Amino acid sequence: MAGTTISELQEISELQIISESQVKGKYGKFGGQYVPEVLMPALEELEKGYEKYKNDPEFLAELGHYLKDFAGRETPLYFARNLSKKYGTKIYLKREDLVHGGAHKLNNVIGQALLAKYMGKNRLIAETGAGQHGTATAMAGANLGFETVVYMGAKDVKRQQMNAYRMELMGTEVKAVDTGSKTLKDAINEAFRDWVTNIGNTHYLIGSVVGPHPYPMIVRDFQSVIGREVKEQAMEKEGRLPDTIIACAGGGSNAMGIFHSFIGDRKVRLIAVEAGGKALNCTEKAALHSASLCTGEEGILHGARTKVLQDRNGQILESKSISAGLDYSGVGPELASLVESGRVTARYVTDKEALEAFNELSRLEGIIPALESSHALAYLKKAADCGELGDFVVLNLSGRGDKDLETVMGLKKGV
Amino acid sequence: MRTELKKQNKRQKISEKFGELKQKNEGALISYVMAGDPSLEASSGIVKALVKGGVDIIELGFPFSDPVADGPTIQVAGQRALAAGMDIERYFELVRDLEVDVPLVCMTYYNPVFRYGVEKFVENASDAGISGLIIPDIPVEEAADLKTNCDTHGIDLIFLVAPSTTDARIQKILKRGSGFIYLVSRLGVTGERDDVAASTKELLARVKTDIPKAVGFGISSGKQAAELRKAGADAVIVGSAFVRIIEEGKDVNERLETLARELKSSILKAS
Repeated sequence: MAGTTISELQEISELQIISESQVKGKYGKFGGQYVPEVLMPALEELEKGYEKYKNDPEFLAELGHYLKDFAGRETPLYFARNLSKKYGTKIYLKREDLVHGGAHKLNNVIGQALLAKYMGKNRLIAETGAGQHGTATAMAGANLGFETVVYMGAKDVKRQQMNAYRMELMGTEVKAVDTGSKTLKDAINEAFRDWVTNIGNTHYLIGSVVGPHPYPMIVRDFQSVIGREVKEQAMEKEGRLPDTIIACAGGGSNAMGIFHSFIGDRKVRLIAVEAGGKALNCTEKAALHSASLCTGEEGILHGARTKVLQDRNGQILESKSISAGLDYSGVGPELASLVESGRVTARYVTDKEALEAFNELSRLEGIIPALESSHALAYLKKAADCGELGDFVVLNLSGRGDKDLETVMGLKKGV
Repeated sequence: MRTELKKQNKRQKISEKFGELKQKNEGALISYVMAGDPSLEASSGIVKALVKGGVDIIELGFPFSDPVADGPTIQVAGQRALAAGMDIERYFELVRDLEVDVPLVCMTYYNPVFRYGVEKFVENASDAGISGLIIPDIPVEEAADLKTNCDTHGIDLIFLVAPSTTDARIQKILKRGSGFIYLVSRLGVTGERDDVAASTKELLARVKTDIPKAVGFGISSGKQAAELRKAGADAVIVGSAFVRIIEEGKDVNERLETLARELKSSILKAS
């Protein structure tokens, strides 16, 4: 495909040097590899495999083919005329909702699945919250002939039966996780346990820029196709780079994907919008939100040092959001570092504001956004009020909202 | 002066214990239980029963909400302990007040230590009478800060070695570990299994060191313990089998003592 060439991947490596400190896998004080010893050899093997194939012409050609003809890239940069009129500025939407499967998730999944194939693995495991990453993994697993197992919190399996069924249709085994809070973080714990047991033939396909090194780097690199396309498209359409780029952030993969190519462009304002849930408060065992960048404390979760929702004893708090894809107690270490350094601004919107934006885009543009992306959209209003938008805004429409209709209908009925 | 009074230094150090056992050509039994499971009050009786049954070293877990290295038995034990109100201050208090003189090892995950403050955690652990620390989610590469603090306060930092660990990594780990080296008997998480994997024996042969070698993960029977002792293990670590007795909740202390005695006598016979 047109998007990925060797020179562009070399460009990625150069950018890595800018955004990473001297120490391997560290982003400032964040990142690292806080995992059981049994996983260390697997992480070393993965890092070596990635270094070997990321510039391999055959690998890149096959990845390019899948991104273009299977995933449907490149995705349009769409001028949202009515939305622009409403907020008095030019707003473009990066249409990741049009990627096969309905979200940006497949960019990373197809990259990692292909890498696993080149590395000689025959089994994929993944965690999923709402089921988007699990679905993308099921797609790649079916297509590339992997035995595929997806771990999903028992609560999420109940909430997202359709997604669980979609995965099963494609030959994936969905394992409901009945431990802990029975949600995403427990699914990740369980996937780690599976990997610890089966590291010989299994690749753990992490769905976001989280986890131990090299995952945050690998996922970011595969997702950074979003930002690379935006850069070219912005030059084509407006002849310049945007003033502001907005993306929602749970783990942070769509945010890192669109931000990464612009980190060196200091004039481009980068805003990550978190899920503020019902309110930015915490009870004893749970947060009422998922805003780890805005409110979290430094800690270690799922193999990385990052910002984490936790209590004073270092126990991880359950997170909360209307959007399952943002419902996570941690956040990617590189994003945490970029926020700490001031390069990325972290903001939040509430469930209610996200719902309003969900309705607004559906009515104004005839596009039903995912509830995750609706958080980024909801921030348009706040950003317009405080003058953060500038004259040219790009917003990452990371997914489509068909999957959320049941949730939204339930809320309207007051369920 | 009050803090001075609180210091608990009477207990044996890990190296003293292994030195004593070595003279008798005796293998060690190390047991794991979760502090505060099923209640804050129960732990003292549980630990005493284990020591009475012949346990040489006690690993006392501090619960963490997301224990990726543990199987379901110990994860659920952690949830029970948290529900019972276990926190770090109470943990140190419990450890300080335990009337046993065997070495006590604290096992937990890195986030509670990090959040509490690494230096403060290690210092308070030492004052409470902890002689070793096991943090399964911190590989040697990330352990510099922890290691420095453990050295300062005379606590052994115990590292794990797995069947997947390369020889080069084993060298790295042996350079930094002390107390004992924790050999993970197989790929996977903690929990009971029936057999001793061939990979365990191979690992015992691969780890060449004067530091005592303790094998854990998946060991629950006297037969396994004896087999491991014969294969060259200096100690056998049993966790989930004890934790399950606590979970079942019937005649807990008697059964813990009986199981400990059975395991220890199998190890003695194989020594």
